Amino acid sequence: MKARVNVMLKNGVLDPQGAAVRHALGAMGFDGVNDVRQGKVIELDLADGTSEETIKSMCEKLLANMVIESYSIELA
Amino acid sequence: MKAAVLVFPGSNCDRDMAVALRQSGADVTMVWHKETSLPEGLDVVGVPGGFSYGDYLRCGAIAANSPITQALKVHVERGGYAFGICNGFQVLTEAGLLPGALLRNAGLKYICKTTPLTVATTDSAYTSTYTKGQVIGVPIAHHDGNFTADQSTLDMLDAEDRVAFRYADNPNGSSHDIAGILSANRRVLGMMPHPERAFEAAHGNEDGKGFFDALVSAVVPA
Repeated sequence: MKARVNVMLKNGVLDPQGAAVRHALGAMGFDGVNDVRQGKVIELDLADGTSEETIKSMCEKLLANMVIESYSIELA
Repeated sequence: MKAAVLVFPGSNCDRDMAVALRQSGADVTMVWHKETSLPEGLDVVGVPGGFSYGDYLRCGAIAANSPITQALKVHVERGGYAFGICNGFQVLTEAGLLPGALLRNAGLKYICKTTPLTVATTDSAYTSTYTKGQVIGVPIAHHDGNFTADQSTLDMLDAEDRVAFRYADNPNGSSHDIAGILSANRRVLGMMPHPERAFEAAHGNEDGKGFFDALVSAVVPA
């Protein structure tokens, strides 16, 4: 089984990289980009039957830093 | 005083940290990250700067889960002293031994320069040789030194006098100008600037020497 974990900075945490991407888009002539938030996608290839609880534990112990980031899990 | 300096793959300030500790009078052992225990009778553990595990995932995240870090947690829970400089600070926050997190610098650039720090408290084993409000010059060299924490944590750090150093001229966007903080029992310190790089005359600046002098004199019974 596969799982996809999306990790994003929490709302309210300043994202300097997202801001830089927004500025670059504006400089390239793309108008109307109000905000950009940059995160990461982590794909996990897991033994069949791995529980969502186990994946959550992976996220909270390693894949995301819960002080600044939130995560979501998509099971494929 | 018995000190250990942890060495992760990608650590690059470990020997500088060991030199500074030795010259201050400590007996220093280097400990590889795969070890599961620290030497017996240890007083203080140093977590050095560098790029542990290539800074993959997040700076310090993988080091925070390596075997030796579990032994470090036991040492800290027993009331042992520990300090992390630069990547070491990132490791200590990722390991949950200090609050907050270090984000990408607000200006997005890696910054390497000597920066003025204000000594925010002298009530610690690391800062007792300085005077409160004293400005010292200490080099920084980091890409992810932008300290952040939620408002209640920032308020707590201020209320409990747990900010050790603040930037006099905030170079990286850190909340409350924070350059270094202490744990609740004041025995664990993390800071982004490198006192071990301002330690002897050959460095052109000895402002960091007081940090190691304070630590060695605090931990050795007089």
